[in-house]
Formats: sequence, structure tokens, C-alpha cells
Amino acid sequence: MKKVHVTTNVNGDQVEFLADPRETLLDCLRNHLDLTGTKEGCGTGDCGACSVTLDGTLVCSCLVLGVEAEGKKIETIEGMASDGELHPLQRKFIEHAALQCGFCTPGILVAAKSLLDTNPDPSESEIRFWLAGNLCRCTGYDKIVRAVQDAAAEMRGAA
Amino acid sequence: MPKDHGIGASSKRREDIRFLTGRGVYTDDMNLHGQTYAVFVRSQVAHGRIKSINTSNAASMPGVLAVFTGEDFKDVGGNPAGWLINSRDGTPMREPKRPVLAHGKVRHVGDAYAAVVAESYAEAKDAAEQLAADSDIEELPAIIDMAAAVANASNRVHDEIPDNLCYDWGWIEDNRAAVDAAIKAAPHVTVLELVNNRLVPNAMEPRASIGEYFPGTGDYKLTTTSQNPHLTRLLVAAFVLGIPENKLTVVAPDVGGGFGSKIYHYGEEAVVLAAAKKLARPVRWTAERSESFLSDAHGRDHVTKIELACEKDGTFIAFRTETMANVGAYLSNFATVTPTFLHGTLMAGPYKVPNVYVNVKTVFTNTAPVDAYRGAGRPEATYSLERVIDKMCRELGLDPFEVRRKNFITTDMFPYTTPVGLAYDTGNYHATLDKAIEIGNVAGFEARRAASAKRGKLRGMGLSTWIEACGIAPSHLVGVLGARVGLYDAATVRVNATGNISVMTGAHSHGQGHETVFAQIVAEKLGVPEASVEIVHGDTSKIPFGMGSYGSRSLAVCGVAVTKAIDKIVAKGKKIAAHMLEAAEEDITFENGSFSVAGTDKAKTFGEIAFSAYVPHNYPLETLEPGLEETAFYDPANFTYPAGAYICEVEVDAETGKVDVVAFHCADDFGNIMNPMVVEGQVHGGVGQGIGQALCENTTYDDTGQLLTGSYMDYAMPRAGDVPFYNVDYSCQTPCTHNPLGVKGCGEAGAIGSPPAVVNAVIDALHRGGHTHVKHIDMPVSPSRVWQAIHG
Repeated sequence: MKKVHVTTNVNGDQVEFLADPRETLLDCLRNHLDLTGTKEGCGTGDCGACSVTLDGTLVCSCLVLGVEAEGKKIETIEGMASDGELHPLQRKFIEHAALQCGFCTPGILVAAKSLLDTNPDPSESEIRFWLAGNLCRCTGYDKIVRAVQDAAAEMRGAA
Repeated sequence: MPKDHGIGASSKRREDIRFLTGRGVYTDDMNLHGQTYAVFVRSQVAHGRIKSINTSNAASMPGVLAVFTGEDFKDVGGNPAGWLINSRDGTPMREPKRPVLAHGKVRHVGDAYAAVVAESYAEAKDAAEQLAADSDIEELPAIIDMAAAVANASNRVHDEIPDNLCYDWGWIEDNRAAVDAAIKAAPHVTVLELVNNRLVPNAMEPRASIGEYFPGTGDYKLTTTSQNPHLTRLLVAAFVLGIPENKLTVVAPDVGGGFGSKIYHYGEEAVVLAAAKKLARPVRWTAERSESFLSDAHGRDHVTKIELACEKDGTFIAFRTETMANVGAYLSNFATVTPTFLHGTLMAGPYKVPNVYVNVKTVFTNTAPVDAYRGAGRPEATYSLERVIDKMCRELGLDPFEVRRKNFITTDMFPYTTPVGLAYDTGNYHATLDKAIEIGNVAGFEARRAASAKRGKLRGMGLSTWIEACGIAPSHLVGVLGARVGLYDAATVRVNATGNISVMTGAHSHGQGHETVFAQIVAEKLGVPEASVEIVHGDTSKIPFGMGSYGSRSLAVCGVAVTKAIDKIVAKGKKIAAHMLEAAEEDITFENGSFSVAGTDKAKTFGEIAFSAYVPHNYPLETLEPGLEETAFYDPANFTYPAGAYICEVEVDAETGKVDVVAFHCADDFGNIMNPMVVEGQVHGGVGQGIGQALCENTTYDDTGQLLTGSYMDYAMPRAGDVPFYNVDYSCQTPCTHNPLGVKGCGEAGAIGSPPAVVNAVIDALHRGGHTHVKHIDMPVSPSRVWQAIHG
């Protein structure tokens, strides 16, 4: 199938790639842009491992076509730390050991950041429900929820 | 004050930085020059005879490079069962060949019978669809129900096995008559029939494999999602493809969880290697999630009748169980040991029960293979025991806490040999129970129940006191029991010339945190900073021959190998120091990273000794080799026996049947603790999976063998909103007596102890709510099952 030229912005960088119109945004990030931090856990939008933001909206990149990224702003896990400085969520995930195998972690961090961007003071229930779209098989979610709470507190300046 | 480094410190996990910046490198993250894509053609019927496969259309499609069918692999070896189990009558188990690709028959939905390799994934997928359309497979009646499988001799999963029975195993057969007599004569017998529901492990990273072949040297390389690269190499090279072991490198890079499902060798690994050789190009394959559901080894799937004979005061007299265990269509590598020696030997629990007899019939069906999944046999044993004890307490009006206390093995009884053949070395089951009661504030339950009642909810409390055998395993013992491998592990400690240290381990970390915890042990023992220790694992060309990670064995077996290698390093260091300090070797002491002459201020640092070993100018070369690198293999003398007490509190909405776990308390005895934060995470994850089993997860095949729960829309994984915070305590510590670290292992505990605590809590809630007719609800205790039980 004829490929389509896509120009988009990923983590603040203007990028271009040629996408097969059937390819997902997830495939394009991983295979054309070498951004392999975003993972495929199911390919059906049920596990959240492929979470990215598209113009600020949290999406499963396995459910978005690569060509839909044209002219959009995409943020992935690779852009979360800036200038070598970890995002507070990343630091708190280390402090709490809120990850084990690490496969779901990029998606969970992107989703958690999206939560805190809109709700700086979420309750435990709000965190659990927001992250209910992200499966983790290792941690039982305990340390993830605590790390998000702790990061939120720090980001509010209340830590 | 808590330590900030070394053994016992909650050192931060060093592997995390790469994972949470998106820089982990998992198998599917690798791209190789000239790579090609494999797609497997999987059976759409549960049971069928392959009449013909016309490959010509698929082979001529755009981009297609090669097509493989079972015919191409019919002359190579089968994927073997790792344990030979004998039936009660002494006959060996039935052991059908498990081919690389199905040949002659397909035996479960998802059974791969062909593969296509193409230039792109899309082209391979298109051609695989064509090949499926060009396959003539005569559908046969599916064998799904275990009882029917054994009763019906004419319908066979494997044509040569008339009753679909792998084996009929008794443990211990000599106990049988005495147990039968004891049950007959007992003042009270509680009977419970239950199902241990079939689970899909669901590591978040789907299985993936990349095969490479290097024509210039004849070497192969397999990059794959494995928990044990050397075991995979042994199986794929020596047993299946018949290539020399030393011509195959197996690399298990970052692996996104395993939980047992990535212990085993799967046919896809052999196909990508054979295809890579044929094409002289890399061949890659990554499972789609639906393929994971259909073809990963599943877990559990037992149907059990358990009988508990006791005095009227609850004193145990005997346990007797009859179990049917589903092994699926083929014998996966650990499939035969999981329902037998990992299950029957634990059927005494932490109790001084005089006699136990276990019978397990393991049955072939037209379903995906079933094998070890987190806990592996021990959750099944614990669930049966803890449920039947709870039922007995209700029948006799006894307090479940007191009944456990009355029957616990006491601390003065160790070492204690159970009637099912294990020798528990140490433990303190009263202590963990007391701790659970304390941290769970059992005294305050009635107030919490009343508060729940005000909100219209039925609150219940469930107890489970569990034990497991892990640190798998003493080779001499498992050899007698039928294991076809040894279960030691190995480590190499290489002190580099500049004094930093590389440690190569047979254990593989796929979430456990070895890179941190093993470094803590080395740092503590050698008196060096943790940051100067690097842990290398997962590559057979770099590490010594070890057996990998499963069965809560990494620390208790490989961790001990690390310490044994360090002991050799220190012993050699003393010889070097004695020479340099012109003292007798026996006068040299090693402490805090310094070799010194006892009673003097003469000393050499660890770094000076390392440098001298590699720049041996002032060195006893005539009696000592240069260099500072030691390897140790460690084979454990016994299993380790972690144990604990779990208390779960639930709220049940009687209107809808919905169960919420509102509190979960774990008091565990793991022996000595290397990193508390890592231990907590292991327990959390296990409990999360156990709550998943108890409340939502279930694998369902219909009568024709179609998997009804083949996606995350149908298979209910526990999500963040389904579980509470966990209250974890590990302060009760009776160190293992037979390994120098005193460690027992903690990886499976949560998944073993939690399901019965949850179900006991649900039954308790219903009884307190007046629904005393409910004696048992099978897992998963879903809203519809609870509602039906209430209204049944």
C-alpha cells in the first residue's frame, strides 16, 4: 500500500516519517522513530502499555493510526524527563519501587502524569480509577498508587 | 536505624532508571539488519486431523520467504517433559511427543501447525491467513471435561493414550490404608469439593523470539523471553533441534514478567532458529495478546475432593484428597511435577496432622498446555487445606484461629518430617499468626463490621495459614522423584583489576530486582560500595550454567552460589595479602573491605589485593594463579519453607453479590531479609494475583474447545480499582538453617496464601449476614456466583 508522509511533533521535536496507512501510531513510534519505550501489551486498547498523549489527551497509541498524528503534538515516555532531570513521578517510582519488570511502567507513568496535569490532588480512589486502564501484573498496584500520591504531594509543594 | 546499604537495606532498584525512562531493551525492542518476520498458523479447532496443507499459494504471495509445516520438523526431537512421574501401580507416565509444529493432528485451539516467514509482518500475516484457508483439517470431537476425558476411551487427545490419563499418582501410597481407616473411624469428617480455577499467567510482555544464524561460523543465537536461558538452550539445542549446545547462544534480555509462563521452551523458538538458518537472515516473532491467551502455558485447573478427619475439638486426624489435574494437550516442561511433588508434598500444611494421602489423576484435554504458574501446585494445596479447615470450623462451631493454633507444628518439633515426605527445618507458625492478628487488629473487627453494616454491606474476615517448599531444589532428592535436570545454580564473581566487580548469575531477573539485591550481598560481603558491583544475567555466552528463576529460588539458590563464590575470593585474597604483608595466611583477617594482620596495623585494601592479582609483580606466582575470579555452584541441601498467616477482610453487597477486598494483612516468615522494599513488592504482586484468582480471573473453554476468555475484555485481570493497599509484615524471622544467608524466598508467597483468605472472608461475610446455607463458592467469587449462592 502507498505510504503516507506524516509530519508531527514528538516530545517537542518536529519529526517526519512514512507510514503505511494501516500502521498504528504505536508501530510508527516503535518502528519508524525508534521510540521503543512505548510498549504493546495487547493491541486492543485494554492494557494501557502503549499510553501516550496526543495534543494533551491520553490515548492508547495502538488504537490511533500513525497518519492521524499529522500536525499533532505527541508526548511519550522518552520525553518525560527533561534535560536529564527525572520527572517527580519517575523519582517517586524509584523511591517506592513502584515497578518490577518495567513493561507496563512507561504507560503507567504517562497516564499518571496525565492525571496530575488535570487533577493535582487526586484521592486514592481517583488514582485507582484513572489507572484502571493500565494493567500491571507485577506490583499489585500498591506502590504505584503510593508513588503517584507522593509525587502529587511533592508537585503541590506539600511534601 | 535501618541500614542504608548492603544486606537488609532498602536499596533503590538500580534497574528502574532504564525502565521508567523507556530505555529498557526487551526482545521486541530490538531491530536487526535484514530481519524477517514469522507469523504462526494456529488451529481454529480444538481437535482435528490434518488432512492436507497446501502451501503453494501462501509461498507465492508477495514478500514471502519461507513456509514451514509440521512435516518440516517431524524428524527432530520433541519438546520434553522435565519430570518422569510414575503411577501408583509403578508404571511410568504416558509421555506423548510434543512436536515443534503440530503434525498429523491439532490438539487445541491455538496449536501452531505452520509458520510463514516474510519480508514484513503484514505480508507474513496475509500469507498465514491464506495458508489457514488452504488447510484441510477434519474437526474431531473435542475433549474438554476431565471426567469425560477419562471415562471415554474412544475419543483420544493422543491416539496412543486410551483413557487420556497421563498418570494416576498416589502420595504416599503407603499412607493410603491408614488414612482410609482413620477417616472411617474419625469422630468428625468434613468433605469439600472445589475447583481451583484455570488461570492465564498474562505477563504484560507477550512472548517474543528472534532467531539468528551465522553461516561463517555455524553459530546460532536465540533472543527470547525466557526466565532461564541455559535451560532453554539445553532444550532447544540438545533435545529438539539437535544442534551442539556450544553453537547456540541464548539471550534473555529485559523480560517483562514471567510468573512461570516463560520458564518453558516453546515451539516458536525452534522455528525462528530453523528459519534463520534456512534464510541466513534474522527471523523475529512477537506474540499478539490473543496468541498469548491461546498458547502460553496456563496455570492451576484442579478439581479436588478433600476430606478432613478430626476430633470434635478440631484436632486433625487425617487429610485425604482426590484431584483431577488438567495438563492440556501436551506436556509442558514442568507440567507433570506441578500437580504432584509441588502439590501433594505440601498437603500437610504447617500442621502436625498424623496422616495424609493425596491422589492426583492428570488428564490430557484439547486445551492449551497447563504448567507451573506463580506458586505452582502449592497454591492448590493451600487452597484445599485452608478452605476445608474453614468449613470444618463452621460445622463444629470452632474458632478458626484456635483450631490453627491447636494443630500447628510447634517450635520444639523442628526438624519436622511430615507424613507427605518433607522435612521442615524451622519455622514459628504461632508467631506469624499472632503477628497477623496484631497487624490486622482482629479485636476491632466487630466495630468495623458494624460500620459496614450501617453502609448496607456484609463484612467478613478470612484467615489462611500457609507454608510452601521453595528454593527449588536439592538435586539428589528431585532426582529420586523423577526430575531429569539438576536444580543447583551458579555464579561467577569477577573482581576486575581496578577493583570493581562483575557478577555473572545463573538466575534471571524479569522483575525481581536481582541487579540490586545481589549487588547488596556482594557489597556487604566484600566491604565495597554497591555501585562498584555489576550484575550480569540472561546471556549464556556470559554467565555460568545455572537453572534460572522460578520456584522462589533466585536468592535461596543462586544468591547462595554468589556468597560461595565470594568466600573463594576472600580465601584467595587472604593468600595474596599474606604474601604482600609477609605474614602467615592464618593470621590474615578480612573485614570491611580490608585484609589485615591480626593484632597489627598492617593491612591491604580490597582494591590493592585486586590490583596485585592482575599486576602480579609482588605475588606468590609459584603457588598461586594470578587473577581474582571465582565460580561457585550451589546445590541446596533441602527445600526452604517460608510460611505465614494472611487475614483478609471483605465487604459483600448482598444486593449485587459484588465483593470488595477492603483490607489485606500478611505476616510472613521469609527468614533473613536482604531488601525489605523488594520483599514487600514481591508480596504485593503475589497477593494481587491471588485476589485476581479469587475474585475475577477465570479461563473458560466451551464444549467445542473454543477459548471464551481470549482477550482482556473477557478475561478479568485485577485492575488498580479492584485491590486495596496491602499491610505486609516480615518481622517474624526464623532463618533457614541450611543456607548461609538464612533466606527462604518470597516470590510466590502472596499468590499461595491469599486466595483461601479471600474466599474464607466471603463465606464469613455471608454467614454473619445470615446466609448460613452457603458452604462454599468456587473461584472466581464473582458477583453472579455470590448472588446465586445467596439466593440458591
